[in-house]
Amino acid sequence: MTALDTAFAASAVLAVVGGLFAVTTRHVVHAALWLVVALLGVAASLLVLGAELVALVLVLVYVGAVVVLVLFALMLTRAPIGPDRAHAVGPWRAVGAALLGLATAGLLASVLLPLADGTVRRSDVTTTQVAGQLFGTWVWPFELLSLLLLAALVGGLAVARGGSAEAGREVAS
Amino acid sequence: MTLLEVVLRAVAALAAFLVLPLLVGQAEHKVMAHMQGRLGPMYAGGFHGWAQLVADGVKFVQKEDIVPAAADRWVFRLAPAVALVPYLVALATIPVHPGVAAVEVPGSVLLVLAATSVGALGTLMAGWSSANKYSLIGGLRAAAQLVSYELPVVLAVASVALAGGSLSLAGLVEAWSPWWLLWQLPGAFVFLVAAVAELQRPPFDMPVADAELVMGAWTEYTGLRFAFFLLAEYAGIVVMSLLFAVLWLGGWHGPFSDGVGWLWTLLKGFVVAFVVIWVRVAWPRLREDQLQRIAWLWLVPLALGQLVLTGVGVVAGW
Repeated sequence: MTALDTAFAASAVLAVVGGLFAVTTRHVVHAALWLVVALLGVAASLLVLGAELVALVLVLVYVGAVVVLVLFALMLTRAPIGPDRAHAVGPWRAVGAALLGLATAGLLASVLLPLADGTVRRSDVTTTQVAGQLFGTWVWPFELLSLLLLAALVGGLAVARGGSAEAGREVAS
Repeated sequence: MTLLEVVLRAVAALAAFLVLPLLVGQAEHKVMAHMQGRLGPMYAGGFHGWAQLVADGVKFVQKEDIVPAAADRWVFRLAPAVALVPYLVALATIPVHPGVAAVEVPGSVLLVLAATSVGALGTLMAGWSSANKYSLIGGLRAAAQLVSYELPVVLAVASVALAGGSLSLAGLVEAWSPWWLLWQLPGAFVFLVAAVAELQRPPFDMPVADAELVMGAWTEYTGLRFAFFLLAEYAGIVVMSLLFAVLWLGGWHGPFSDGVGWLWTLLKGFVVAFVVIWVRVAWPRLREDQLQRIAWLWLVPLALGQLVLTGVGVVAGW
């Protein structure tokens, strides 16, 4: 095993263990913190493979903004210290979730495993290459995704403010 | 890179991490004492109260390390480390002299931003795990503030990266010219304001507002763990000041820069750190709604405008 193999295996184990704890823990804030561990593991794997920009943006956006937002929402609502029994689900749903997760993992593995030949190869992806692909080949899907997110944002705002706008109109009339 | 070189670089980064924040802390004691006519920090040890920082250190080491009974023990104990270590990573990538940085990576600009955003998690962990309502409100305010001010910081830095055509700090310093001082001025202003807010320093210290929240997320911390949070704050000032000096003030550019370039970088960084301290003394604390208003109605549009200006400049070849 080369140093690259070891580094990749270590970060992959970190990502998988973090992910498992994130979905199995009963402590709701711990789940968010395990998600940080899983994301750092994924970022480390990407870094080992040479995709530096993607790895750093993953940390910046997902750990720095999305998880902070999740923690904010948790603290704003109810995030008790200790196990959260109020949101416990029955055994059937747990089994169903596990089956669904295994099926997705199996599907991914059946597609990806034939491509792997057992060695870890590092191919340095420069920022220019990523930019060329993103704003050249994939520019339309990228813009469509942005549009979708924008629509979701506007929709969310409309749902959140719908009631108060009508209330405001009633007061005005 | 040999093993010896790796060890030497790591030790140098660690030394800088242990010395520079203490220098900034000492400077803050003295600058605040002069500006506010405080007698306390000027007393210990005789000349200019030089021993005050040492006395503080001894005091922190002596204090008992307490974890509240209702607290989430693991998260509570881990929080100071999560707050502190990312700044060490960030500091290690900042170049001070042509070719002199503890670690040189192609995407060091992004690495510094990503590391500082991870460090912010420490405050949130501390606020939630303390099992204290003041801590929780402090953590909540910190989270709201971090989400708002992350965007202007990233946009302002992106503008400089666009102007220099690189994501490497060293590459950006090489591309720097005095014309940037004017061209990138709005972005520089946005970054300075947003960086102070990211560090939760006055006047953006709503999360630790001592008159209403005791000490915000750090209320339950004592001894060395509390000291680690303070160290993280000063390390944050060092990282943000050096980043400002490197990106907007040209780093090692200056007279005799071949020999004393590192001195220029450090000097510029300390001038910025002085401004950060000065701002703390000069302005009253902003209210929560004023704080959010500044971020979304002023800093984000200004940073976007700067990005457009930079884009025009790059295309027109200024």
